[in-house]
Amino acid sequence: MSPVLKRPKEKFTLPSKYLLFLLTCICIGIMILSFKTPNINTPLNSVAGMVLIPFQNGIAQVGSWITDKSDQLLEIKDVLAENQRLKEEVDRLTIENTKYQQERYELNQLRQLLKLDEEYSEYEKIGARIISRDSNNWFSSFTINKGSKDGIKLNCNVMAGSGLVGRVTSVGPNYAKVTSIIEDNNNTSGLLLSTGDHLIVTGDLTTIQKGMISFSKLVDKNNKATVGDKIVTSNISEHYLPGILIGYISNIEIDSNNLTKSGTLTTAVDFEHLEDVLVIMELKQTVEQ
Amino acid sequence: MLSVLVSSIFLIICFLLQSTIFHSLSMGGIIPNLMIILTSSYGFMRGRKNGLLIGFFSGLLIDIFFGDILCFYALIYMYIGYLNGVFKKMFYPEDIKLPIALIIGSDLLYNLIVYIITFFLRGRFQFFYYFLNIIVPEMVYTIIVTCALYPLLLVVERLLERNEKEGASKIV
Repeated sequence: MSPVLKRPKEKFTLPSKYLLFLLTCICIGIMILSFKTPNINTPLNSVAGMVLIPFQNGIAQVGSWITDKSDQLLEIKDVLAENQRLKEEVDRLTIENTKYQQERYELNQLRQLLKLDEEYSEYEKIGARIISRDSNNWFSSFTINKGSKDGIKLNCNVMAGSGLVGRVTSVGPNYAKVTSIIEDNNNTSGLLLSTGDHLIVTGDLTTIQKGMISFSKLVDKNNKATVGDKIVTSNISEHYLPGILIGYISNIEIDSNNLTKSGTLTTAVDFEHLEDVLVIMELKQTVEQ
Repeated sequence: MLSVLVSSIFLIICFLLQSTIFHSLSMGGIIPNLMIILTSSYGFMRGRKNGLLIGFFSGLLIDIFFGDILCFYALIYMYIGYLNGVFKKMFYPEDIKLPIALIIGSDLLYNLIVYIITFFLRGRFQFFYYFLNIIVPEMVYTIIVTCALYPLLLVVERLLERNEKEGASKIV
């Protein structure tokens, strides 16, 4: 290359020190801005969504195929042993079954009282597939393949089966980011169904591998709360619709202040093997400020 | 120009793999950190400027899809890329020890920063639990993946260099 052509090119090279400084300033600026305005990344979301989401859609299908196959291979060994065990269990369960059929009548009556089933079916839901998950090991948010084009809005509640998964925290045109309730920095306002007491459900990275998260601030004056009690979303929750099942109490302790209780709960949703979710289109009614 | 194209393709492929398929291949719920391998490798192979740019864009990609605050991961990855660039003087393609050490170091540094900012400051003080259950497994898994990914990056980088030299000699 001739020196005449080379010269203007060299003028433009920025020393890496200054580039680092410049980008640091930009980063800090954007960070402060994104605290103030939550929708700052909308244009970025659209661009990234257009480029990457089709790929993620495809790869996610391959990924779930791999998981299926590897699970199948692992399971064959267990299945044989399990079959023997299950045969014995069938006999035992048949006896138990007759007992439960009597109890079912009672349960149906209680359900009608709680009206849980009806409340769920009232909400309009759409199904979505998980296409990618958080790329670090500290948090567990994920993206789904439906976005604002399909009518998903910010703070839409997300369920899987009958349990609460989380809520939509960022929406792109063809994808949405879901923050799950098991995330360590996530708090959800809950309600103990048996006593009607409010409590706070907090995600916990240290117990989630056992399928549990923690709860706290349960005021249980009459000592009625027991292991196995249902925890649902509370009606005072800011983003969640009331009455969605979160999980069951698996461990309960009295706090050192002797006023409140805390412990762990088993989530109703198996977050480890989550693949399809339901998004509730209805938003929690909020008071305009 | 070609090198920019190649590194952006690597960046996108690594991000896609990490956020999709590696979750199916996770060991005990832990996934490797491909973006750190990429940022760190380009840092010590191409120098500070390239390292910090690759780091910035890989962090930005994570921020757009999974971050709560835009540019948080971008800032961390950018500094890691820059720090790795400092070691370009000591880097020889034949030597595998320095790259492995730098990638382990970068992954450790990254996880420590994330732990301190997002967990420690919220009062989650069980450092050793997180260290043994999150940071160390991730480091081990990352090293295993490095053994496959790093040689590929190195080969592509050498091909690019040869291409550049040939191109230069043709013009002269």
